[in-house]
Amino acid sequence: MTGVMINIFLVSSMVAIAILVLKTRKLFAAIVMTGAYSLISAAMFVNLDAVDVAFTEAAVGAGISTVLLLAAMARLPAEEKAVKMFSLGPLVMVSLVAILLMIGIVNLPPFGLAETPVHTHVGPRYLEESYRDLHIPNVVTTVLASYRGFDTLGETIVIFTAGLGVLVLLNGKTLSRKPKRNLPHHVLKIKAEEKPQTKTTSKSKAGK
Amino acid sequence: MKSNPVYRVATKILFAPIILFGLYVQFHGDFGPGGGFQAGVIIAAAFILYGIVFSLKEARRLAPPKAVFGAMVIGVTLYAGVGVYTWLRGGNYLDYNFIDYYDPAHGQHLGILLVELGVGITVTSVMLALFFAFAGYQPTGEAEDEGGDDV
Repeated sequence: MTGVMINIFLVSSMVAIAILVLKTRKLFAAIVMTGAYSLISAAMFVNLDAVDVAFTEAAVGAGISTVLLLAAMARLPAEEKAVKMFSLGPLVMVSLVAILLMIGIVNLPPFGLAETPVHTHVGPRYLEESYRDLHIPNVVTTVLASYRGFDTLGETIVIFTAGLGVLVLLNGKTLSRKPKRNLPHHVLKIKAEEKPQTKTTSKSKAGK
Repeated sequence: MKSNPVYRVATKILFAPIILFGLYVQFHGDFGPGGGFQAGVIIAAAFILYGIVFSLKEARRLAPPKAVFGAMVIGVTLYAGVGVYTWLRGGNYLDYNFIDYYDPAHGQHLGILLVELGVGITVTSVMLALFFAFAGYQPTGEAEDEGGDDV
């Protein structure tokens, strides 16, 4: 009963925060509120006994992503531009997706049913064998790093690639202290260098 | 924010314990909640805190961008390297049992530890690289040294 009460409280605060994020025009407030949203969902994961997920959500969702968004926001105007509140296309799209999701939810097995594939497929094997064979108490870690090592390798490479992508887009200015050219964008820079050489380009080439 | 002594002192007090907690999460992941992903984020958070309170320039002095980019590669290579090592020992890719023939459980321990370390190094350095890239980004391409102050 207490768990249900806590869940109702957490979910209603999440809904309230989501509405506030939609309503506000100030980017700073919106970013801080998304951080609060992540923190509350982390509390919900704790309530569901998923401490590892809660930990990740609190560290990544509420911590780092808020900071990264704030750092990105420092380059943006403080207020969002006012937009037309009603338009038909997005409304139809959102309603369609909502209907599809509802159909999906109706077809889910009942909450907590023991005979679902999640609980009968590989789950029990991991739970039984993990401690016997590996002597590691935290099953989450053994599944993540050992049984599903390939997936985690993929995840690590995804993070690496994401970092690489951002660095390439933001021109690698963090690597060299002095900016080479006055163009903001890596792609633009390449485009500009294809053009017939102006005085500045030849100078910057000599600088390299 | 550098001028405010409260932030400055608090950062200096908190910096080492945050990293210590990150290392605890990293190496205690077998026994409690945590692991490479969470630990990486926590350790990066310590450096980001330093960068926000002092300046981006100071943070770059603490974690030089070239070292950060190097660490991104080292982490992934460490992870993939464990797989190659188990190959060379005669097992499947990432089959940690082959790290120690006599005690497979020990091999699993070692394998998981190394793999999580690789994840931790990659996540820490990618988060730092992202922060440096976002906070130091200047659309006009001017000098970028004071970028961290208005975060």
